[in-house]
Amino acid sequence: MMVCEKVTDPGILSEFARAIRRMVITSLAEAGSGHLGGSLGLADVFTVLYHSILKHDPDHPLLPDRDRLILSIGHVAPVLYATLAHSGYFPVEELMTLRKLGSRLQGHPARDHSLPGIELSAGSLGQGLSVAVGMALAARMDSKNHRIYSIHGDGELQEGSIWESAMSAAHYDLSNLTAIVDRNGMQIDGPTENVMRLEPLEEKWKSFGWEVFICDGNSIPDLLNTFQLVSMVRSKPSVIIAKTLMGKGVPGIEGNYRWHGKVPAIDQVEEFLAELDKSGGALR
Amino acid sequence: MSIRYTNKGDKATKTGFGEGLLEAGRRNAKVVAIGADITTSVGVNLFAEAFPARFFSLGIAEQNCVGVAAGMALEGKIPVFSTYGVFAALRAADQIRVSVCYNNLHVIIGGAHAGVSVGPDGATHQALEDIAIMRSLPNITVLSPCDATQTKLALLFAIDRIPGPVYLRFGREAMPDFTDEDQVLLPGKAQFLQEGNDLTIMAAGHLVWESLQAATILRNRGVSARVLNFHTIKPIDEKAIVEAARETGAIVTAEEHQVTGGLGGAVSEVIVRNCPVPMEFIGMNDRFGESGRPAELMAKYGMKAEAIVQSCLKVLIRK
Repeated sequence: MMVCEKVTDPGILSEFARAIRRMVITSLAEAGSGHLGGSLGLADVFTVLYHSILKHDPDHPLLPDRDRLILSIGHVAPVLYATLAHSGYFPVEELMTLRKLGSRLQGHPARDHSLPGIELSAGSLGQGLSVAVGMALAARMDSKNHRIYSIHGDGELQEGSIWESAMSAAHYDLSNLTAIVDRNGMQIDGPTENVMRLEPLEEKWKSFGWEVFICDGNSIPDLLNTFQLVSMVRSKPSVIIAKTLMGKGVPGIEGNYRWHGKVPAIDQVEEFLAELDKSGGALR
Repeated sequence: MSIRYTNKGDKATKTGFGEGLLEAGRRNAKVVAIGADITTSVGVNLFAEAFPARFFSLGIAEQNCVGVAAGMALEGKIPVFSTYGVFAALRAADQIRVSVCYNNLHVIIGGAHAGVSVGPDGATHQALEDIAIMRSLPNITVLSPCDATQTKLALLFAIDRIPGPVYLRFGREAMPDFTDEDQVLLPGKAQFLQEGNDLTIMAAGHLVWESLQAATILRNRGVSARVLNFHTIKPIDEKAIVEAARETGAIVTAEEHQVTGGLGGAVSEVIVRNCPVPMEFIGMNDRFGESGRPAELMAKYGMKAEAIVQSCLKVLIRK
C-alpha cells in the first residue's frame, strides 16, 4: 500500500510546522476573515499527525485503510488546508482562494466542494466526536485496523453533546478512537475558565472512562511521544489534552484571545512572517 | 369511479416500521440500527433481537445518536435511528442539519409518536412540528406513510432506493391498515386513492383513512372528492397538486401536524406559484396538544372524517 512517507525527525517536522504557519498567515490575510489564533496554535499537532502519525496517501485520498481525521472545530480549517496542501493533496496556490466565492476551501470544511482530504463537513461545535464514534464502531464491525482521530477545541467541550459521545465511546471500548483537545484556555469571550469552567478536565475524561494523556501541544517531541503512548492503549478510547498557545509562532499575538477570530491585515503579513522566522519553532 | 378501501385490521404504523426494519436487516447486511432507550416503542426491538451485532444502544442521547449514524454512513453502513419525532427532529435538529444533511449521508431517521394520536402522554411527546423542520433542510426526503403496510414498504424503499437522508414519520396508535402489500409505492409521487371532480383532499399519515371516510360521506351528499395520499412530503408531487387544482378547483389538506409548515404549507407553496385555488387546512392550529384518548384528541382537534367533511363544504363555498 502506498502511504505518505513518515517523518520523525523533530528538526524537519519543526520546519514543516513553520511552513504550515506561513501558509496559515498568508491565506488568512488574503481571505480577510477567519480564525488565526487556533490555527497557529494547532500547527504542530497537524504537522505531527500528517507527517508522522496518520496512515494516508495524498494521491489516494479515499484509500479504504487510511486513518480518518475528523476536524470537529471547523473554524480552524486554515491549518487543515495548509497541512493538506503541504502534504500534497492540492496545490499550495489554492490556499489563496480560502473563503472566496466558488472556492473548494470553504470557511468551514465542506465535503460537497470536492476538496481532497476532507472527511466531514463540520463546523457546528459538538458534533465531530459523535461522527468519529460512528466511524470507529463501523471500523470495528468490519474488522478494520485503521484509527480515527478527532480534533476538538477546549471551549467546544462546553457542548453537552460532546459528553454524550464521550460516554458512548467508552461504553463501546473504542480503542481505535483518539480525541485531541486543543487546550489553549481561550475562547471568543475570553479565558475558558471565566466563560465556563472546564477544570478539572483530566478527571472529567477519566471519569467518563477514557485514557487521558496531557502533553505540550506545541512541542513536537512531546507530541511524537504521546501519540506513541496512545497507540499502546487497549480497550478504551484515548484523549490527548494538548496544551497549546493560541497564536503560537507569532510572539506579538501569542495567548491573546482577541486573535481567536481575527486575521492580519495584508500590510501586517510581512511583520507576522518576520516574527515567525525569528521565533524558536517547536523544538524544545 | 369510487373504490372502497377495506380495513384489514387496526395496526400501528410503528409496527410496520419494525417489520420493515427486520426485513431490511435480512436483505442487507449493511443495515444497522441505533436505539435511544425506547426501542420497543419505536419499532427497533425486532431488529435488535435478530441482529444484535448490528444494533447499537446509545442511551437517551439523541444528538449523539444522529452523529454516530452519520459516522457509520460515511463508512458505508445504512444506519436507521428511530426515536420519538419530537426528540429526533427537534432535539437533534442541528446534528441532522449539519452532520447528516450537509454531508448528504444515507441515514434513515424514524420519527415515532407523530401527532395528537399519541394520546395520554400529552403535548411534550406529540410530534407536531417535525415535518416543518425536516422539510426545510436541503437534501432530505420526508416520508409520512398512511398505514402499517405502507410504513413497512416506505422504510424498505428508503433503505434500498433513496440515496440521501430520509426522515420517516409514523404513529403510535393502532389505526386502520388498508393498503396492499403489493401496492406500487413511488416516493415523490402522491398516491391516487379516490377519483373526484369537485375538490381534492390531500392527506398524510393517519388522516388519509379519515379522508377516505370523509369522501364517502361527501359522496352521499352529492359531492365528488378526489383523495390523494402524500406519503412523500418532500419532494412534494407538484404535478399531482397542480392537476388537482386545475381539475377540481379546491383543496383541503389534512395532517396530524401544525397547519403551518407541514403538508398544508408544502401544498400551498406549489399552489400559489402555479394555480391559486381556495384551500382549507386540517391540522393543529398553532397550539400544543394535551392528554386524552387518541380518538378523543383527534375529534377535539378536528381530525376525524366529519371535520374534514365540514372543511370540504366550506372550501366549496369559496370555489
